[in-house]
Amino acid sequence: MKFNREMFLKNDFRIVVSTFVGISFLFIIVAMILGLDFNGTVNTIQRIMFLSAVYAMVVLALNLQWGYAGIFNIGVAGFMLSGVYTMAIITGDPNGLIPGLGLPLPIGIIGGVLMASLLGLLISIPTLKLKADYLAIVTIGFAEIIRYTANALTFKTFSIAGVEMGTGAGRGIHLPMNPIRGLYYTDPSNLGLGKTVFGEYVFGFFEIVQVQSSVVVSWTYAIVLIFVVGLFYLVIYRIGNSPFGRVLKAIREDEVVANALGKNTDIYKMKVFAIGCGLMGLAGILWQGSYGYTNPTTFQPILTFYIFIALIIGGSGSNTGSIMGGVVFASLLFEGPNFVRRVIMHVFKFDKAPNSIIEAVIPISSLDLGPFVAYSLANISSLRVVFLGLVLIYIIQNRPEGLLGDRKELAASIDISRRPVIETKERKDA
Amino acid sequence: MSSSKTKKKQSRKKKSAKKYPLKVEKIGKKFGGLSAVDNVSFSIEKGSITGLIGPNGAGKSTTFDLITGITSSDTGSVKFNGEDITGKRPYQIANIGLVRTFQITRELKEMTVMENVMLAPKNQIGQQLSSVLLSRGRRKIENQEAELLEKAWETLDTFHLDKLANEYAGNLSGGQRKLLEMARVMMMDPSMMLLDEPMAGVNPTLKKQIITLIKKLSKDGYTFLLVEHDMDVVMNHCNPIIVMHNGGVILEGTASEISTNERVIDAYLGGSE
Amino acid sequence: MCVHSIGMIKYYNILRDKVQKDRGTTLVVLGISILLLDLVFQVIIGKTESQIVATYLWDGLVIGLAIGLAGVGLSLTYSILKFANFAHGDMITAGGFSGWVAVFAVMGVGRFDMKNLLLVGAGKPINVTELGISVSTTPVAVLFGLIVAIIGTVLLTLAIDRFVFRPMRHHNDGIALLIARIGVSLALRYGLAFVFKTQNRGLTAASLTASYSVPVGTGSVQIDLGEITLVLVAIALMVGVHVFLQYSTLGKAMRAMADNRDLALITGIPTEKVVRATWIIGGALTGAAGFLITLERGTISFQFGWILLLLIFAAVIIGGIGSVYGAIAGGVVIGFTSTISLIWIPADLANVAVFSVMVLVLLYKPEGLFKGVTTA
Repeated sequence: MKFNREMFLKNDFRIVVSTFVGISFLFIIVAMILGLDFNGTVNTIQRIMFLSAVYAMVVLALNLQWGYAGIFNIGVAGFMLSGVYTMAIITGDPNGLIPGLGLPLPIGIIGGVLMASLLGLLISIPTLKLKADYLAIVTIGFAEIIRYTANALTFKTFSIAGVEMGTGAGRGIHLPMNPIRGLYYTDPSNLGLGKTVFGEYVFGFFEIVQVQSSVVVSWTYAIVLIFVVGLFYLVIYRIGNSPFGRVLKAIREDEVVANALGKNTDIYKMKVFAIGCGLMGLAGILWQGSYGYTNPTTFQPILTFYIFIALIIGGSGSNTGSIMGGVVFASLLFEGPNFVRRVIMHVFKFDKAPNSIIEAVIPISSLDLGPFVAYSLANISSLRVVFLGLVLIYIIQNRPEGLLGDRKELAASIDISRRPVIETKERKDA
Repeated sequence: MSSSKTKKKQSRKKKSAKKYPLKVEKIGKKFGGLSAVDNVSFSIEKGSITGLIGPNGAGKSTTFDLITGITSSDTGSVKFNGEDITGKRPYQIANIGLVRTFQITRELKEMTVMENVMLAPKNQIGQQLSSVLLSRGRRKIENQEAELLEKAWETLDTFHLDKLANEYAGNLSGGQRKLLEMARVMMMDPSMMLLDEPMAGVNPTLKKQIITLIKKLSKDGYTFLLVEHDMDVVMNHCNPIIVMHNGGVILEGTASEISTNERVIDAYLGGSE
Repeated sequence: MCVHSIGMIKYYNILRDKVQKDRGTTLVVLGISILLLDLVFQVIIGKTESQIVATYLWDGLVIGLAIGLAGVGLSLTYSILKFANFAHGDMITAGGFSGWVAVFAVMGVGRFDMKNLLLVGAGKPINVTELGISVSTTPVAVLFGLIVAIIGTVLLTLAIDRFVFRPMRHHNDGIALLIARIGVSLALRYGLAFVFKTQNRGLTAASLTASYSVPVGTGSVQIDLGEITLVLVAIALMVGVHVFLQYSTLGKAMRAMADNRDLALITGIPTEKVVRATWIIGGALTGAAGFLITLERGTISFQFGWILLLLIFAAVIIGGIGSVYGAIAGGVVIGFTSTISLIWIPADLANVAVFSVMVLVLLYKPEGLFKGVTTA
């Protein structure tokens, strides 16, 4: 039961990287089967990298709240929404269809994070005494309130103190241009105007291997996100592996004891809510920001459940587990089925899929699985969720600690598992 | 004239608080219609090892809960070191030096013994979120952690838990968990400790060592209030002894006074009224 | 004279104590009174027509009873299991589908493709006016559907308990069970989507369902037989459950267990049996609710139960966990809130209002209106 910190960290880093590399190999093989060219393959890898990074970020934030402090917050989607929408409103063009405040992007991002954080703080205060399942209901109720508000026609456009702004209601809202484009294009809003020197050089290089410029831009963004994941990890690692983190773990284990040992657990819970939700807002911004547009349906409760599944798979309580869970979930469990479908359809050329499941099942009696497989593939999005639900049940029954959850990181700023050598010597002499 | 009288009263009161750090006056608690604790008053003398005994259900643990703020008292008041702590939250009371252990141990199971013990100390810079995040604070935190670590190892040595430092608290035996309960609160540098059955399940050698430790500490000015069922420990080492029955205090006195008192004997031998 | 003033002072003091002790409730009562006064005022001066208010009240009652009925099953199992059943909404959907599969098959045999009927029109939409199901014209078929819905849901409940929750009984951790329930919810909901596809589809021939105009004020309120059916059956089931819990041995055992499980164990109540009975009754009510709600609405989709889930939780919590009447009362409160709030706020914010009420109740009075676990 000895904990060797350095070995532990290096080991886990290696595990996450090798897992991702392994998964990438799988996808490369898939791409080859599908007959994708190099550009297509590269694009595929970029996609799973991007999604893995986004999930890793949110899962890390949730791990702080639930894995460390035991706060069962299933309103995650709502906090992500609030971050994205606040950023959108702050940066929106005042003369646009849905007017905004027209402020620069950095302010928008900060504003979004602050708003998400504030909402988290707000909901934390009255819920301090609630037990887990009531807290779950309140948080999901709160998230739905946020989503319905964003969806409401009433707020499609409105004004505060004479300043016009809006949410766009059900139609969604426009998001600012991806700033990464600024690296490559002289005018990000008008790509035709020409590329920057850096852009010319990089695009030119990748043109040799026939990778399109749009894929290069997406790749750059994905790499930036990976650095952000690293930052998230650093921040949450510091918070978790510190005296503060010790108190969080104690709150999860037995809040009464934490109080009896002199810790004002209310304040800790409020802080964790605030910072966790703020990070969720940031993750949401980085995720939706690359699409240029977002709408409320993206943030339904099922998104929160996906993140929980990712956390549980990876191992709640472990930060590397969170990243692992994000990677495994986003690539294998979420994107995976789509690619399985494409591969199967590419290899076995199926006729048009039957319209109903009964029509698909009947031929099985004459040993013709084709229609059923075709039907399954056509409805794979539903099947995927069934699969995820079953995975969740299986894991929670048989391996609730997930992949890396049994690796409990000790909550301290220094290595507390070893005794300073001098002491031992002194004791021996004494 | 009146001013000198009030001065005398005040100084008597002050002395009183110094000599009797814990003063409990007429506290009580009803659950539903039942009085778990009823009109309980006592004062604990500084540096004493006071025993609190009584048959099961007498209200001893509830009294601890009332004193330390885990449950709010319906009536009366609790004063610690002259300060009125009635109605204060548990963490506030723990931080001014009055701590307690639990009868059914509440070890933090999924944390190691070392983590459990390092959780307790007060004024840890690292518990401030701002210090954790900013680099300026980090060095200070690491230094303090090293200090606390040293102190923790010493404490674990005292309680013979040092070999179990990296063991998960949930894997400890019953007696070891009791020791952990004590080691934890000791890390808080309290001036008074309420120990709820600290010896249950502890082997006799270790029991002796703990009693020696408690006696040494009490000589240094630390105050103890023990709930114990082990009559040897109580009779030989506790003075005074408070006897509770059916939620109330029936007697407070020395070991010999207690052991010969009819009401006490009745309480233990007879059934509840 | 003296006596009167003494009495009044006494009452004043009691009232003042109550206000100080429970500021939350006072504020709520005050708030609701103001709203009610405003409502009456608006009607009197003609800003809001009385038949609109009456329509809102009726709609609210119907919605409320539907949610309440769905909530009774949840409330019972919540009180015994001590943890929220997040799969409840999807059980309601399953109940609805099972009932309608039966009705469609029976009503459409010979006239429509059976394969299509069994999927409630998933493969190819069925012309429901042609199919002609309605409470007024085909009450027997509807009753048949209700019974199938009840039986189907009970079987599903028992199966899920057997395969998902029985192996987890040893888990002390309530959160693990909650997560398992979320897994069941996802698998069930999207399993239904896989089989029945995702579109919303019609069930009853609206034109055939009898509808009544009740004159109120200057206009009238439309009440159709589907709504009446729901109201009556809901009330009947409520009364039935109440009678069962109050007077039958099993019912008393259930109440005892919900109240104090350990005590029940000691006094020799067969807990495993009681738990199973709770599941069965809960399942039956859930199935009935699923069928009746879709009957009244006339449409069904794979997530209608899930969408209602939060409202059902709200109803159960407002009413007080474990209380049958509480669940119904809570449902009616939610129902009224969702409709009457339309007087003051636009329709797209109705849900926001309802959820806000729920959140507020959870925060300030989590034990609900009907205190105590077992009032039946």
